[in-house]
Amino acid sequence: MTDHNEINICIGGEAGQGLITMGELLARSLVRSGFNIVVTQEYMSRIRGGHNTFAIRVGSGPILAPRESIDILVALSKETITLQRSRLSPHALILTDEGNGAPAELCLLVPYKDFGAEKYENIAALGVVAAMVGIDKAIVTETLRQSFGKKSELLDQNLAALSAGWTWAANQEAHGLFALPSVKESAKKIMLNGNDAMALGALCAGLKFCAFYPMTPATSIPQTLAKYDRDFNLVVEQAEDEIAAINMALGASFCGAPAMVATSGGGFALMAEGVSLAGMTETPLVIVVGQRPGPATGLPTRTEQADLDFILHAGHGEFPRAVFAPGTVEECFCLTRQAFELAEGSQGPVFIMTDQFIADSFRSVSPFKVPEAIFTDGAGAEIFPGGPYRRFVFTPTGISPRLLPGMSENLAVADSDEHTEDGHITEDLMIRKRMVEKRLSKFKGIAERAVPPEYEGDTAPDLLLISWGSTKGSMREAAGTKRAEGSKVATLHFSQVWPLRPEGFIEYLRSAKKTVCIESNAIGQFARLIRRECGFEIKNHVRRYDGLAITPEYILRNLPHGG
Amino acid sequence: MADNKSAVRIEDYGEYETAWCPGCGNFAILKAVKQALVSLNLRPHQVLFVSGIGQAAKAPHYLNANVFNGLHGRALPVATGAKLANPELTVIVESGDGCVYGEGGNHFLAAIRRNINVALLVHNNQVYGLTKGQSSPTSEEGFVTKAQPHGSYAAPFNPIAVAVAMHAGFVARSFSGLEDHLADMIRQAVLYPGFALVDILQPCVSFNKINTYKWYHDRCRPLPSDYDPEHWDTAMKTALEWGEQIPVGVLYRNNRSPFESHFNPGRRNSAELSASERQRLTDVILSYG
Repeated sequence: MTDHNEINICIGGEAGQGLITMGELLARSLVRSGFNIVVTQEYMSRIRGGHNTFAIRVGSGPILAPRESIDILVALSKETITLQRSRLSPHALILTDEGNGAPAELCLLVPYKDFGAEKYENIAALGVVAAMVGIDKAIVTETLRQSFGKKSELLDQNLAALSAGWTWAANQEAHGLFALPSVKESAKKIMLNGNDAMALGALCAGLKFCAFYPMTPATSIPQTLAKYDRDFNLVVEQAEDEIAAINMALGASFCGAPAMVATSGGGFALMAEGVSLAGMTETPLVIVVGQRPGPATGLPTRTEQADLDFILHAGHGEFPRAVFAPGTVEECFCLTRQAFELAEGSQGPVFIMTDQFIADSFRSVSPFKVPEAIFTDGAGAEIFPGGPYRRFVFTPTGISPRLLPGMSENLAVADSDEHTEDGHITEDLMIRKRMVEKRLSKFKGIAERAVPPEYEGDTAPDLLLISWGSTKGSMREAAGTKRAEGSKVATLHFSQVWPLRPEGFIEYLRSAKKTVCIESNAIGQFARLIRRECGFEIKNHVRRYDGLAITPEYILRNLPHGG
Repeated sequence: MADNKSAVRIEDYGEYETAWCPGCGNFAILKAVKQALVSLNLRPHQVLFVSGIGQAAKAPHYLNANVFNGLHGRALPVATGAKLANPELTVIVESGDGCVYGEGGNHFLAAIRRNINVALLVHNNQVYGLTKGQSSPTSEEGFVTKAQPHGSYAAPFNPIAVAVAMHAGFVARSFSGLEDHLADMIRQAVLYPGFALVDILQPCVSFNKINTYKWYHDRCRPLPSDYDPEHWDTAMKTALEWGEQIPVGVLYRNNRSPFESHFNPGRRNSAELSASERQRLTDVILSYG
């Protein structure tokens, strides 16, 4: 085990065995040691039992995506071995106690009972793995210590378990067995997942209001915000249902609080009328939809990208919108900030689509930069001369200056009915026609600011891989593998899926010999969108809809022949 | 419009053409609302009306104030968000019985639980007007309509009893035919620092031939002068009275803290991030290291 610069560690067990605790501690210790990581969490929809995994792919160089094959399998339950055995790499080791019945030649039998760490098996295992990977024990110890905060009586026992695991591994000559090439002095990295990054992005965008109803995999966004509510004077409110959540957010936004809601497909279904209301009342709103497999309750804790059609069309009537789909944790941060700016600038709904995979995927990233100011396009605009304030005055861009109620003698009036320039209900059909045109005219400004797709690789390639959202890393790694094999490959990734500006990318599609759209759904929703908007048919596809994330191996296995 | 020093006049709230039927109880309610706001010396820009959908929900269009006329049933969540974002605003929700007790029933319960400081004025005519005469959540059993040709099978919702049972902050009932009483109930509801319900009985001259002006007028009785609205047991008993006599007045009141008092204002005053805010953001980001 010397010829490698990355390994894949998978911790498996039942819910309640502390595998996420162990996974996060190990991942953080690795990041603090200067390594790069991509975490994939697979879990079942239950509090106790079942079978869950926390996989950390770690390396000295950049890591783009998860890997299927496992080098170190930490089996906290017998089932882990049964379920994950087919994924073991040729040189893999299974860490297990004697009771789990794995084939002896693959096992490193850890006698947790002997070193009095039965109750803290996960932490003892952390000690063993940390020693095998060869990271500084002091870093792991400090990471564990910090995670306990002031709960010190349990800390001592956990530290003892960690030490026992470490010492045992060293005595077994397992220390450094999977050591990675050490990282040269590197800049400080932080470790966070997509949801964390979106919460931080929202804080840096000046978020003041978040309403939500708990729904996997979006819940940790509002929970992270709630942790900081008093530090930043935020309101984070658990609403009675998703309908209330979006309507509360609109009320807050109408009164000047940059506002967000976060949910998943089923919860978003309830919010659809609110999206339409944001469109009609021209109220800024950021809507995060963390996708999971549907229809209906579907697979609550798994991943999918099957809500694109829904989000593009949700809300009755016609009004502009924008839809972001971050491909990395960094993009989760940056695009969330951008979503707030765009919502404010376009006075309407802006979506961020993620999925369970990226929402829960911890990565090592450079610390985000805090901006100097937040963007407030409409609020506080100059009052134009000539008569009282009219919230929906016709303008060339469709954007009317937005004043806030109660902040001046001017009255802010908004209506879900069709309305006059001053916001009052009307059935004057001439005004109706102009108002439709006014709202739709904002589309131009939104389109001009659209994030173009990212092209990487050879020009006029034999093979062009296309993806959107969280599949970016897996696609790029798969492309790299093909390239190493001698293929002429390029990739095109969309981190904004609406509006599309075909003039910016259509030549990439046309100049490739073969195009393949990679997405986590069954009917190829993004490929169909491209065809509808660009008239270009992406003839080949790699699709996944079994609830698991698309991996580089999955793409390579499923690429059309001759690709 | 009044300048900042002079007293507010009823004219400041304007006078507009409406979409209501002649004889509708809404006219009297609109007038009482204006009277209440004038008596509180509130200027139009200090007030935000939030409404849903229905003939009652159009009321805020017919006076000068800030208005958010949202979706059917959803006025209370919008008002909750608005009040949390700017607690200095006087927030009044005005909508009908179908909107508040039917489509928005869950929000009604949640608003009571939160004790958000908004005044909820419900135009309760026991029938759907805008959709032309179907039964509403407060229609009597057996109420015959085109949609319920054999009479409504469901029992009516008693908003007052539900609100009292849940220890709502302020619970009152009035009738559109008692203009001064109604204006006083609205005034007290707006003044009350918490969730304040005023269930306003009103006739629907077009679609409710049972609960007419005379029907209500013969039954509505102000509470006795020695009635103690802070006594919950009495309030609960009074809340269940409905029939030959219908009590009107402040049935129940308590001293719960308003919901918004738990938060700092969510409104953003400046586009700048202060140095301390930037430092705190940096600290939070680095805490993920």
